[in-house]
Amino acid sequence: MKNIGIVIETDNGKIKEAVWGMIAMARGNEIELFAFVLDADVNVLKKDLESFGILKIVDISLAKDQQSNPVVKTKALINAIKEFNINALFGLSTAEGKDILPRVAAMLDSPLVMDCIDVDLEQNSAKTSQYSGKTIATIKLSGDVLLFGVRPNSVEPIKVSAAEKPTAEIIQFDCEGLYCDSLKVINTMAPDQSARINLVEANIIITGGRGMKNKENFTMLFQCAKKLNAAVGASRVAVDSGWAPYSMQVGQTGEKVSPKVYIACGISGSIQHFAGMKTSGIVIAINTDENAAIMSNCDYYVMADALNIIPELTKLLTNG
Amino acid sequence: MQIYVCVKHVPDSAVNITIIDKSHIDENVTFLLNPYDEHAVTEAVRIRDACQENSEVIVVCLGKADAENTIRSALAMGADRGLLIVSNEEHDSIETARALKAAMALKKTEKPSLIFTGKESIDAEGMQTMFRLGALFDFPVATNVTRVDIEETRAIVVSELSGGNANTYELSLPCVIGAGRGLNTPKYPTFPDIVKSRKRPVEKIAFTDLTIDSPKAGMKIIQLEALKQSRNPKEITGDPGSVAQKILSILEQEAKVV
Repeated sequence: MKNIGIVIETDNGKIKEAVWGMIAMARGNEIELFAFVLDADVNVLKKDLESFGILKIVDISLAKDQQSNPVVKTKALINAIKEFNINALFGLSTAEGKDILPRVAAMLDSPLVMDCIDVDLEQNSAKTSQYSGKTIATIKLSGDVLLFGVRPNSVEPIKVSAAEKPTAEIIQFDCEGLYCDSLKVINTMAPDQSARINLVEANIIITGGRGMKNKENFTMLFQCAKKLNAAVGASRVAVDSGWAPYSMQVGQTGEKVSPKVYIACGISGSIQHFAGMKTSGIVIAINTDENAAIMSNCDYYVMADALNIIPELTKLLTNG
Repeated sequence: MQIYVCVKHVPDSAVNITIIDKSHIDENVTFLLNPYDEHAVTEAVRIRDACQENSEVIVVCLGKADAENTIRSALAMGADRGLLIVSNEEHDSIETARALKAAMALKKTEKPSLIFTGKESIDAEGMQTMFRLGALFDFPVATNVTRVDIEETRAIVVSELSGGNANTYELSLPCVIGAGRGLNTPKYPTFPDIVKSRKRPVEKIAFTDLTIDSPKAGMKIIQLEALKQSRNPKEITGDPGSVAQKILSILEQEAKVV
């Protein structure tokens, strides 16, 4: 029997969608799953966690001021790993995960693979992209505790059969008194538009490139995205032209994403851009240039100006 | 101040990667300074130049002999000298961090005041070496940093999260900083910069000559495959209205995301 810890990422007290796929990835024979909840009310989350096969919910309720400090969270997770004899820890490869999982791995001197698209707990191996997304590497981990940062949306969330009627046990795990002197959080900044959907975790991403022509035209992507509950991304050209901030860049030197649907508007599809989105589900390309690389490397292509298509899509969604 | 910048010699992102013997790439391609490390070098040079006391930017790299070219690029960008840990083996981040630390500790008088890395390398994409360095030195760490202000005993840094979220951290010095893309615009060298930098020293040490305790844990690539592209593009035609309708039905029926 292996004990697997799952770091439960939440957003406004709710479990992030991508967590469910990660739990499905970790589930298996001879495996006991421990949900580590650091910053939400476990009683509210219990039912959902049960339906995904979690039988132990560890309530590491950190004080509000501790929740934002990544080192304090790291120490709390390490205490929990030791207390529950955890063999492997799963977390999301989100911005938050990228600031926590490597800290845990470093402090424990344990192996970690980030951005996993598959994990094999029998072989102790994980698959992840390397060389700007051009290759998939299978990495074998060795050590007492193995860590995996899972790329959001890489596995379908599947509930356990309702017939199993799982009941989870809630375990209180006190982590009071943890502190960190060498790293202090002095400010937490939320994005300007608070309603903006997180790029890495989005199910649908609409990305604009050179073909968007200017900053103002990005507004139509945002309008459409709002209706679709999608995130908006940008190519390097769009970012370098000042039409969108760095944080929206998809690609080699931007975010690596795996949405279910990726709509590329006026994007040529350079190798560097593919590096950031090639593991997406369905790719729809809208471009006036039929020779653009993306047109021969997508699932659907439209030979048209995205500036004409996107507002039509928004209109359809608005009128229901 | 002794400002160290850890850099990596990586294949150019624009080249095609060919896999040989199932777990290695054909290295007969252009290699260069990891793009995020360019931001790290630029920031280190900026901080050195703004510093009152005598300061120095030292570039450290673990790699094969030809990684000296990457150190030379960093020197041309303004770093003062280089330290190349030569090894023909592959090393995971657990070993790499140990080697980098051992190299930085060779001269006891040159204790690091600040260590920079890029937020990730574009080949291994591991995103963890800076944290392992921090743990070995017991220095605080911040990654994907887009702003650095060095004060007397502390660094104030902005660590970008996604979607425009960011945390501002106060780190005690010395500390480790993983440079993100928004940190600065890399200072690309002019021809005179390159000529001047040729005289700057690059010291070489063999990995095997460093004293490193062997780790109990590790990560090893057992297989490398090209990411298959098996998409079969289908055209959507019609006027904008009907194209939009077809896209919507793909979202609803095929992807089931709406």
